[in-house]
Amino acid sequence: MRHTISLTVENKFGVLARVAGLFSGRGYNIESLSVAETLDPSVSKMTIVTNGEDKIIEQIIKQLNKLINTIKVVDLTVTGHVEREMVLIKVSASGENRTEVLRLVDIFRGKIVDVSPDTFVIELTGDEEKIGAVLNLLKPLGVKDIVRTGKVAMQRSIQHNSIDNK
Amino acid sequence: MKMNGAKIFVESLKKEGVDTIFGYPGGVVLYIYDELYHSDIKHILVRHEQGAAHMADGYARVTGKVGVALVTSGPGATNTVTGLATAYMDSIPIVVFTGQVPTNLVGNDAFQEADIVGITRSCTKHNFLIKNVKDIAKTIKEAFYIARTGRPGPVVVDIPKDVTMDSAEFSYPDDIELPGYKPTYEGHTNQIKRSIDMILASKKPVIYTGGGIISSGASKELFAFAELLKAPVTNTLMGLGGFPGEHPLFLGMLGMHGTYAANMAVTHTDMLVAIGARFDDRVTGDISEFAPEAKIVHIDIDPTSISKNVEVDIPIVGNAKSILAEMNKLLKQDKRLKGFVRESEDWKTLINQWKESHPLTYKETGKLKPQFVIERIYELTKGNAIITTEVGQNQMWTAQFYKFGKPRTFVTSGGLGTMGYGFPAAIGAKVAMPEATVIDIAGDGSIQMNIQELATAVQYKVNVVVAILNNNYLGMVRQWQSLFYGKRYSHTDMSHKPDFVKLADAYGAKGYAVEKKNDVLPVLKEALKSKLPVLIDFRVEEEEDVYPMVPSGASLKKMLLA
Repeated sequence: MRHTISLTVENKFGVLARVAGLFSGRGYNIESLSVAETLDPSVSKMTIVTNGEDKIIEQIIKQLNKLINTIKVVDLTVTGHVEREMVLIKVSASGENRTEVLRLVDIFRGKIVDVSPDTFVIELTGDEEKIGAVLNLLKPLGVKDIVRTGKVAMQRSIQHNSIDNK
Repeated sequence: MKMNGAKIFVESLKKEGVDTIFGYPGGVVLYIYDELYHSDIKHILVRHEQGAAHMADGYARVTGKVGVALVTSGPGATNTVTGLATAYMDSIPIVVFTGQVPTNLVGNDAFQEADIVGITRSCTKHNFLIKNVKDIAKTIKEAFYIARTGRPGPVVVDIPKDVTMDSAEFSYPDDIELPGYKPTYEGHTNQIKRSIDMILASKKPVIYTGGGIISSGASKELFAFAELLKAPVTNTLMGLGGFPGEHPLFLGMLGMHGTYAANMAVTHTDMLVAIGARFDDRVTGDISEFAPEAKIVHIDIDPTSISKNVEVDIPIVGNAKSILAEMNKLLKQDKRLKGFVRESEDWKTLINQWKESHPLTYKETGKLKPQFVIERIYELTKGNAIITTEVGQNQMWTAQFYKFGKPRTFVTSGGLGTMGYGFPAAIGAKVAMPEATVIDIAGDGSIQMNIQELATAVQYKVNVVVAILNNNYLGMVRQWQSLFYGKRYSHTDMSHKPDFVKLADAYGAKGYAVEKKNDVLPVLKEALKSKLPVLIDFRVEEEEDVYPMVPSGASLKKMLLA
């Protein structure tokens, strides 16, 4: 099963290598990883998406906790959370396609961030489902390249009445 | 007071109570060595940096203190990697200081540069690169703290040359700031209570303990625990010495070369109490058939050890000593205890039958037997010596035939299985405890892997005794080839080697060769009186095998007995 793990670490050089080494040394897989400073510049937050059986995930979480530089590990999969990913999509857009692409971008609340005579670069933010849906619709029109940031995720403050506005 | 980095380094070590460094100088650590020139910290000049790491490790194992090694950059640093991995696998607290090229050259493929922080990331508990002289004191404080607390382990501190040259104000911090490092010591009260209920409801208990008993100093508590429950105890290789080897409740070691009684007991137990042990593959054999009928309580300071290999019923994370003390307190007040002891009598009768029907033994032939030599060493030292081993048959026979009575007397590379470990570890142990009798039980293969340290031992008059069980083979590998590879002894013939007596002589040590049984005791006695290091070349039976043996990956009950 896929898990999204939020990892709070000391912002020191080498920490990313320790985390990555922990996965590679044990043959665990990282699907995506994003990392950046938090409000406190001495602390960074990582969002790691990984997959494995429950027993593997339990080991991953314990091993992450064991790293000296790890401050906190939360498996967001088992708590209420919001997650987002940003993607840049370079898509063929000439002739009739151009309006079709623009319409799709509009529907999914994306942005055109670069234009050339026969391509657009689209910026789009959303959860995995939404990004998957957009890509599926754009593929027949000719997707030339994509770059994804990897998922970022945050625990919800109020578990019940929150609205996930995709 | 303002001082240079090298001086801060030495002052910080003093603050940590370091009395001995095992080291080897080189270009980038010259400022530090210049400072050591005036210092009263004892420095042991090794002959190879691997020796320094193993000596620091041996020092740590017998004292419980943090062992310290100091080496130069590049090859000096990479030579310690095997020593670090050895200490990491066995949870031994050492700090290895490595010199590094000046900060402006780091990453430039400079002369004698190696990314030792990168190289050792996966075989240390933690490591540091110091980039500023102001961080030296704080980093050393953290390094020692990390090495000795929680589940202990090795720490590398990499110090570029310019950092040792720069100056800063020296003040040694009182507090540690490690927001992400808070080891759990106290066991969960409810889990402890539940485990008592579970144990007292069982009829066939076995206590299975490992190195955690030794590192937490829990031998007394374990003794009381076993005596209260009147429950049999088996040790892992790392756990030997944690429970008296001659005690009637002791089953001996379990696992691949464990005793018949220990392996049968864990196979048939209904209640396995695992303390400071990690269900290593050499212990469990086929994991699906390990303790198949048992409920399992697992006490360990490292949460990652729990439910890693075997699913357990009650995990208790914490320090073995304090958890056992708490359990003993509860047991003493528990009215169910008497009934429990009575109910488990049949189980102990069965265990005693196993012990009697299949004791550890060997066949007498005309030739000198390696087991015989170890029995004589035991007889002569009455179990009071510090025994180190190399790896292979010598190690397994020692574990079987030397009845360790006290913790921190058995020094062996358990997890990594490092040949060449025992001799430098013996030197480190003897330097730490000059009054103790220290004997390295070696093989003719292993001893050649760090034989150069004989010069170190002679230089510092470290009178350790090396008992080489010389069978002209890499014995354990030959045994596998004999049993599983149709006796095709591919490259395990070790008959081409130096004359150990002459070699000892060449180094300025004392050498003996022994072929007859009757000479074993007299030579050992003489060796133990020697002021010089001694090599004894015991020419033992060449094709002797270690039994019992559980073939790799087989169930523990499938022991080969002879």
